[in-house]
Amino acid sequence: MAATIKAGAAEVSAATSGLNPYQGPPVGDNVFAKITQNVSRVMEVPKPPRAWYIAFGIALTLLSIFGACLGWVVWEGIGAWGNMVPVAWAFDITNFVFWVGIGHAGTLISAVLFLLRQNWRTAVNRFAEAMTIFAVACAAIFPGIHIGRPWLPYWMFPIPNQMGMWPQFRSPLEWDVFAVGTYATVSVLFWYMGMIPDFATFRDRSTSTIKRAAYGLVAMGWRGSSRQWHRYERAYLLLAALATPLVLSVHSVVSFDFATAQLPGWHTTIFPPYFVAGAIFGGFAMVLVLAVPARQFFGLKYIITIKHIELMAMVILATGMVVGYAYGMEFFIAWYSGSMYEGFTFQNRAFGPYAWAYWTMIFCNVVSPQIFWWKKMRSSPWVAFIVGVIVNVGMWFERFVIIGTSLARDFLPGSWGYFIPTPVDYLTLGGSFGLFFTLFLLFCRYLPMVAMAEVKSIMPEAHVAHGDHH
Amino acid sequence: MSTDNDKANDTGSAPLHGLLAEYDNPTALVRAAEKVRDAQYEHWDTYTPFPIHGMDPAMGIKPTVLPWIVFWAGLTGCVVGVGFQYWTSVIDYPWVISGKPFWSIAANVPIAFETTVLFSALTTLGAMLALNGLPHPSHPLDLKRRFAKVTDDRFFLLIEARDKKFDATDTRALLESTHPAVLDDVAEDRVTSDKLPTVILGALAVLTTLAILPFALAYKARVSKSDQPRIHLVPNMDNQPHIKAQQESPIFADLRGMRGDVPGTVAQGNLQEDDHLYRGKLEGGAWARTFPKEIAPSEQNMKRGEREFGIFCAPCHGLSGHGDGMIHERAAALGQGTWVQPTNLHQDYLRQQPVGELYNSITHGVRNMPGYGHQVSVEDRWNIILYMRALQRSTAAAPTDVPESERGALK
Ligand code: HEC
Repeated sequence: MAATIKAGAAEVSAATSGLNPYQGPPVGDNVFAKITQNVSRVMEVPKPPRAWYIAFGIALTLLSIFGACLGWVVWEGIGAWGNMVPVAWAFDITNFVFWVGIGHAGTLISAVLFLLRQNWRTAVNRFAEAMTIFAVACAAIFPGIHIGRPWLPYWMFPIPNQMGMWPQFRSPLEWDVFAVGTYATVSVLFWYMGMIPDFATFRDRSTSTIKRAAYGLVAMGWRGSSRQWHRYERAYLLLAALATPLVLSVHSVVSFDFATAQLPGWHTTIFPPYFVAGAIFGGFAMVLVLAVPARQFFGLKYIITIKHIELMAMVILATGMVVGYAYGMEFFIAWYSGSMYEGFTFQNRAFGPYAWAYWTMIFCNVVSPQIFWWKKMRSSPWVAFIVGVIVNVGMWFERFVIIGTSLARDFLPGSWGYFIPTPVDYLTLGGSFGLFFTLFLLFCRYLPMVAMAEVKSIMPEAHVAHGDHH
Repeated sequence: MSTDNDKANDTGSAPLHGLLAEYDNPTALVRAAEKVRDAQYEHWDTYTPFPIHGMDPAMGIKPTVLPWIVFWAGLTGCVVGVGFQYWTSVIDYPWVISGKPFWSIAANVPIAFETTVLFSALTTLGAMLALNGLPHPSHPLDLKRRFAKVTDDRFFLLIEARDKKFDATDTRALLESTHPAVLDDVAEDRVTSDKLPTVILGALAVLTTLAILPFALAYKARVSKSDQPRIHLVPNMDNQPHIKAQQESPIFADLRGMRGDVPGTVAQGNLQEDDHLYRGKLEGGAWARTFPKEIAPSEQNMKRGEREFGIFCAPCHGLSGHGDGMIHERAAALGQGTWVQPTNLHQDYLRQQPVGELYNSITHGVRNMPGYGHQVSVEDRWNIILYMRALQRSTAAAPTDVPESERGALK
């Protein structure tokens, strides 16, 4: 009786929100069922909320632009971009590092927070893992087209060939191939494995034959056997333990692309930790950008709560300050090294022709997160969303500042230059967001957006009462 | 109890698979599991929507060997990573890069690390699925409509009929003592086939064939010869309209790839109007006898001339200009018959020669001597002449040439 009244009340309050009439707080008698319902409804409703269609339309438009740009670059060559000597790494590599960076929060949340027993992660980890995979997919495209002959990317892999040649394993660029490749593979495994029990839930709830067959196929006949759960949990722990050093290694290796070069502004030992901190910072910001609208439009407010938003805001505040410290330390080292070229490079960053990019970065990454010192701001989802967007802009600029300004003015003034992007550059960058959001929106609609089994397992109701044998 | 919610229609005749008890919450299930464990059943299991902590001891589940499998896989990955890099870069394809050693372990750590993680992770998922017997397409429990809630919020315990201790009445009594919400017979599945449908098998066969096709074509291309031109996947990128020096170019009407100056224009620095400075000539065409006004006889220019003379002229003409430079000595030592000795610059006709003519000799060469105009800048050619004049003076000077204050030192 009480349950029906409660359910009725949830029905009423949801009707006013108008978007997902099935949302309700997971309290009362049948908490587990409520979680299942809240999450599965997005897949089950015949039509997703209108916001989904609008977002999907925009994402598809951007995706087509992306496709057109890539096609043009393949046909015409990378002369379609503004890249030139000395700035031969420009938007392409900036975008690569940007997307790979975003792809870090997913595994970090899934693996590192899992090992640290931060239970709150269960509400957002699936999101973050999906985001990771889509971001890595976007990232992988850029080195592929950057090589100039995009139909020969297999030259980067150790495949026996008629030239009798092997890739150069002493090169950081080759390390990158392995690091990013391994990271993408392990992230997909981790993501897929986490979804198996939830796929089973979807399978068991589906009414149409096609859906049952599709979800049944990917659920692989999971039936929640405790003997299977035992190995499953052990495997999950192992994957988390493997993914943790992996996630730290990936951005370190990416930073080696720069740190092992002689160029002032790149040749520095602070890069690996600085890149990893920046990746976590940017990645969490992206999680906020995705989670805030998703919880709003898909009625997941009771699963992704204000508390989760607040905790992520705190991570952003902390990592933002690590990044700020790294910016300061770069200047200190430039001065302390006594190297004329290092000194010049950093002076040039802050006051040279790219000063606008530098100060945009400082504002976005160092100043804007400071708002999270106030609890009120931390716990306001839309403030978090806006800061998330700003931080992502800032992180893109960080990579651009590192790559662009260092290359534009190095040792010889005679070889200086100024990089000016072409429209294809801008459209490719914008278009990559189309790929990202298209994949993400499809994920929201068809895959379990929240790790239901995990969320259930940390509910108080999931704990076995001790002592009282009835 | 009831079998009314079974999905299959002929379960009545099917043999018993087991007894299925359903519970409302994890605690009840764990208590029941403890009882079944203590009754020493073997073929039984519990089914839950999420992993329940405390279930492993309650069911007496032994720790899985999975971590050991993963450990060995990781070790294999590491050995493969190191070994493969060693084999390619030291044995199969040694390649000198900046004089670095072929094998330097630090540079090979990142990739060895990645392969370690990759092998371990793939094995973790693969071994977990294999140990769990997944994929597992059909199961008698699937015929129970209520069992679908196992992935939602219900908790189940199944004791299989094949267990040695299974007894229709005793086992039922045991389960009833655990107060299940529902207790039910499960019939063997006689409806569902474990075989893959022919449609799927056919589709798989077609896909496999299609997947092999590109590799087969690539292989054929590698082992066979063809006199056809190669296939250009992206003709625009392959055939770029860039030209090399002296080549034809269809882009221009006259088909000349190299382009001359646009008529009526002069490239920067190429406007050499001053005959005196650039050609050593006076207006009427006679050799200039004076230095152009741009080249003042200063200490600095003299020093510069000495330096340039040392670089460009001394190898042949000798540091003192007597025509006995190192190249000449070498040629003489080799007894080269065709060698013409570089002129001794301390000859009267050269002392008298107009500077403009000397300038011309340096720029374009003279008889057997090549020209140096393309190597030595205009200013430096004049500076060299300035220095040459000083050299010539040094071997043909009268005591009156020395300033009076210094003359005492000559005695
Ligand atoms: C490769 C050796 C070589 C170098 C270097 C060289 N010369 Fe000569 N030079 C000769 C030879 C040989 C002759 C005599 C040519 C002949 O008589 O066929 C000569 C002749 C001359 C003469 C006499 C021209 C005349 O009118 O009879 C002058 C003046 C002279 N060189 C100046 C220079 C100066 C100044 C330089 C430095 C810029 C220079 N040479 C560098 C080999 C050289």
